[in-house]
Amino acid sequence: MMILLGAIIFWLAMWAVNAWLAHRGSSRAIRIIVPIIFGITVVALWEWLVWGWDINPVLLPAPSAIYAAFIGNIPTLWADFLQTFVQGALTGYIIGCGAAFLTAVAIDRSPFLQRGLLPIGNFVAALPIVGIAPIMVMWFGFGWQSKAAVVVIMVYFPMLVNTVQGMKATDPMQRDLMRTYAASYPQRLMKLRLPAAAPFIFNGLKISTTLALIGAIVAEYFGSPIVGMGFRIQTELGRLNLDMVWAEIVVAAIAGTAFYGLVTLLERAATFWHPSQRG
Amino acid sequence: MRRFWHSAGPVLTIVAAILLGWYVLAVILNMPWTLDRMERAGESLSFTERVADTWAQDKPRLPAPHQILVELYDTVIDKKITSKRSLVYHSWVTLVPTVAGFALGSLLGILLAVGIVHDRTMDMSVMPWVIASQAVPIVAIAPMIIVVLNAVGISGLLPKAIIAMYLSFFPVVVGMVKGFRTPDRMELDQMRTWSANKWQTFWSLRWPSSVRFLFPSMKIAISASLVGTIVAELPTGAVAGLGARLLGGSYYGQTIQIWSALVMASLLAALLVMAVGMAERITMKAMGMAR
Repeated sequence: MMILLGAIIFWLAMWAVNAWLAHRGSSRAIRIIVPIIFGITVVALWEWLVWGWDINPVLLPAPSAIYAAFIGNIPTLWADFLQTFVQGALTGYIIGCGAAFLTAVAIDRSPFLQRGLLPIGNFVAALPIVGIAPIMVMWFGFGWQSKAAVVVIMVYFPMLVNTVQGMKATDPMQRDLMRTYAASYPQRLMKLRLPAAAPFIFNGLKISTTLALIGAIVAEYFGSPIVGMGFRIQTELGRLNLDMVWAEIVVAAIAGTAFYGLVTLLERAATFWHPSQRG
Repeated sequence: MRRFWHSAGPVLTIVAAILLGWYVLAVILNMPWTLDRMERAGESLSFTERVADTWAQDKPRLPAPHQILVELYDTVIDKKITSKRSLVYHSWVTLVPTVAGFALGSLLGILLAVGIVHDRTMDMSVMPWVIASQAVPIVAIAPMIIVVLNAVGISGLLPKAIIAMYLSFFPVVVGMVKGFRTPDRMELDQMRTWSANKWQTFWSLRWPSSVRFLFPSMKIAISASLVGTIVAELPTGAVAGLGARLLGGSYYGQTIQIWSALVMASLLAALLVMAVGMAERITMKAMGMAR
């Protein structure tokens, strides 16, 4: 009872601090500090309740235990990260997004193919494509190649749909202007269409970052060498080493946000002129 | 009729091209096995017989589309729906937690979005985490939730529904926060001149204008929730559900079973998204917002 009471008081106190901060203004510093305080509060409460109620570590390990598992297993986690993220997800991401981009440019001059591919791409993007994983594992073996293959298929369609839509983003006035300049097709493509499509292309790239990581991890549930994030999650679950599972989830979360953040930074550098980036 | 062919023609052409490519790929991928068996049996087949054989193997590397259709017919229409070998039964097992989780997740998402829009503190503390969580592969924790809840004695529908809920929750929050914020200064000022309170502003302005955002995010949410349920069925050696069919098929090399489960899952996804789309059209019409 005392423990719950302490938790509630702590929560209300931290919330009051945040409320006070939030109503003082919306400077950059406050916008960063408030969510950080909130995050720290949640983690501290988690630690406090696990300790106070003596929760079985098989159910929910304390943040400190997860931190210990993380620090104590850095070589293993790093090897898993290389296997799943760099070899599986990143390779697949580059191949898949690259192929989708090239397809979109290739069918750019054929409205027929665009009208055909766009609905199909939209349809496929809503399907549970992860299910293709067991087939890819059968075709390409247990290694990272099968994971990359799953990722290629998962990111291809969202990326294709976004790029095709982006290529349509110019208005008639701009196209007429290019025509009065007597611009050739490659010139129109490089100087007008692709820059105008960039916000859409980056949107596709951002959606694909998460899909790539999901594909690479889930594909490992269907068979993998004895290294990899999905493999580790599955085996450590079998041994009820929940702190290690959580450490792996922390790695996945960091990798996912860092990947997403990197693409966002690239977007900012490449489309600095776009209204959505100037705000 | 011309209009129909204008939009359907290209799609049908590409579907036909995909099917053709599929058959060709099946020949290429399954040919080694056919040749191998031919050699061992000491018989020599003509080219057409070899091609026909690649489309009729028991455990092909890539089953031909008609093999998948036959398997689907066998497991959907020929079996009784209560049978453990009926795909309808497995789809049902997957469908229930998907829909339950989706409903709960959407409800929670809307509630959280209401809180975020009305409370500045909540907006600043929670919203950045909601956005950051979009980049995290949340599906990866599905197996953990299943195992942990199993350890406490909760199994069956609930763990899967929780994962589906968790996955459908985030798109709805993000979409609805955007939706609740679409009314501009002018419209909000108009509400003020009518001396509407927060509650009235919400029901007569914010809520109706967010509907345009609600349904697209619910479409994303329902397909995410289906993926969540299927993945949740993988790690625990579940005995029923489309995920279990995928895993079972991959254990025993039953490629036709995997593909038929995959087609079934896709049909399910399409039906669910269509159902949300239908609800959208009906709501829009009722609200006089149909285009």
